[in-house]
Amino acid sequence: MILNHKLFEHDVEQTPTRNGYGEGLVELGETNPGVVVLTGDLKESTRVEAFAKKYPERFIECGVAEQNMMGIAAGLAAAGKIPFISSYAVFSPGRSWDQCRVSVCYSNLNVKIAGAHTGVSVGPDGATHQALEDIAIMRVLPNMTVVVPCDAIETKKMTLASVARPGPVYFRFAREKTPVITTAETPFEIGKAEVLWDSQNFQFSNSNFQIISEFSNLQNQVAIVACGPLVYQSLVAAKELHGEGVGTTVVNNHTVKPMDAATITKVARDCGAVVTVEEHQIMGGMGSAVAEVLAANYPVPMEYVGMPNKFGESGQPEELLEKYGMSVAAIKEAVKRVMPRKKG
Amino acid sequence: MYLRAYYFMLTDEQIKNLELKANEIRQDIIEMLVAAGSGHSAGPLGMADVFTALYFGGVLNYDPKDPWKEDRDRVILSNGHICPVWYPTLAHAGFFPRGELMTLRKLNGRLQGHPHYRELPGVENTGGPLGQGLSQAIGHALAVRMDVAAGKLPKGERMPWVYALMSDAELQEGQNWEAIMFAGKNNLHNLTAVIDRNNIQIDGFTEDVMPLEPMADKFKAFNWSVIGVDGHNVREIVDAFNKAMAIFENPTVIIAHTIPGKGVDFMDWNYEWHGKPPNSEQATEALAQLRTLGGKIQSEHQ
Repeated sequence: MILNHKLFEHDVEQTPTRNGYGEGLVELGETNPGVVVLTGDLKESTRVEAFAKKYPERFIECGVAEQNMMGIAAGLAAAGKIPFISSYAVFSPGRSWDQCRVSVCYSNLNVKIAGAHTGVSVGPDGATHQALEDIAIMRVLPNMTVVVPCDAIETKKMTLASVARPGPVYFRFAREKTPVITTAETPFEIGKAEVLWDSQNFQFSNSNFQIISEFSNLQNQVAIVACGPLVYQSLVAAKELHGEGVGTTVVNNHTVKPMDAATITKVARDCGAVVTVEEHQIMGGMGSAVAEVLAANYPVPMEYVGMPNKFGESGQPEELLEKYGMSVAAIKEAVKRVMPRKKG
Repeated sequence: MYLRAYYFMLTDEQIKNLELKANEIRQDIIEMLVAAGSGHSAGPLGMADVFTALYFGGVLNYDPKDPWKEDRDRVILSNGHICPVWYPTLAHAGFFPRGELMTLRKLNGRLQGHPHYRELPGVENTGGPLGQGLSQAIGHALAVRMDVAAGKLPKGERMPWVYALMSDAELQEGQNWEAIMFAGKNNLHNLTAVIDRNNIQIDGFTEDVMPLEPMADKFKAFNWSVIGVDGHNVREIVDAFNKAMAIFENPTVIIAHTIPGKGVDFMDWNYEWHGKPPNSEQATEALAQLRTLGGKIQSEHQ
């Protein structure tokens, strides 16, 4: 697996994932005349400004009216366009869920929904603006695809890939700068989870990390299945655990729906225990979806790292991840909690 | 293939034929509702004349053999619960066989209790949960405008038109005012909304439940042109549709004043008939009234 070679360095590049969305849209504008971009008074912060400047005739400002925006997108898609609607996830799809269900999903229309400012790491704006329920309310809708990219590069790939996937697609972004994990060469396919770390097979999966000279292979004991920018924290946790003699594998499970059941089942079978990591409510999130897959295919002990049935609050992103149990330390603790629960 | 009949004046005989068509549609409504055993009576009966004018009065450009042709006019039904008038209208227009009408609300059928996008030829949108149709119609109007600018669709008076058919009570939904504001700001002249102003909703009369007046002034304040019509006068309705096409500066709303349950004396003006179907005895009585046009003519079925 090709990853950013500076991944574990202190000066690893940091970019907000939403930047990849803006860059992807500009490219799409060039290649696909059907692409139309809408926003609800959040042109700059959802990063659609560049598209708006370059393709003003295909940019639609809806004002602070997310329900209407979702409905307009449905009409545009029914008329053959590929609308991307851009807002904060707490507003869209938060406020426009009914329109998403009835006008978009039930008709299986080609609407792409970008939810920005998700997770507690939105930070100072506080709980009102921290989307922690969006995966749950989107993945429950038939026809919907749900993607949670881990960094700006993956976000751009996902934006480009989403037009080739007919029907509604929801993707969520973070607000803050987060480490760049992948490279332009890292494979990305909607619906295909990728193993980014594998303590058991270093030569194969981590060939570009300098640490292969320091680390010898260890048997994998737990699979860490993560999505979004917390994939970074998961990798850091895996590296630290490896140093402590605990082998893990880290899966970038960016497509929450349809989930890559084959990969998830395989890592559960290989490791015998799973920890899921996401910046979302534990209830109904990616971890719940993993549990659904494993309960039906290969049940193993699981622990969930995510928001424990609470609302957030104002604070710095790092402080919030720490307080609400989504830090590197919390991931390592979850791994250590799940290990004694393994059978045999 | 039906094309718009630009600026032509309907003859008295054509008007009479349209009235007879509306009457046939009303009879289909009653028969469908009885067969279904559930569904809405008042709204569909009240809108039979508007639907007839739209589909048979030379207003719409459509082709039942090519229902999704690019340059078609679009009909978006926002208050999907009145689909018992849309379905027979589409069947009479040739989109699907009339025999299928009796499958309304039946398992494995295409005539869903509330319309589902493209499940039937001519059904352009999913509608039912109130307040969503106008936004969908705006999406179509914007797409058409982009495609006209790109030379992909005809411009001028042959520009595809978008009709949003709505109820009056659904104006209580906030989304509609977002949409009305948007359409007014963007001067979407190829969008015509039709409000079924029948004054009833499930819990009573609209002005008791949540007043909607002054409706015309509200639309005007949002930069819409407003035309009021007698929703049972086919000539007036057709004229209003044609007039709306001539208005270039902003979107138009036609407020169609209708009598809920029109054509059946024990249903009209009675909000209790909003959401229920007739039983078989009531249906027999309703059909007798419709077939004789309220006792004015002899029915061949008598």
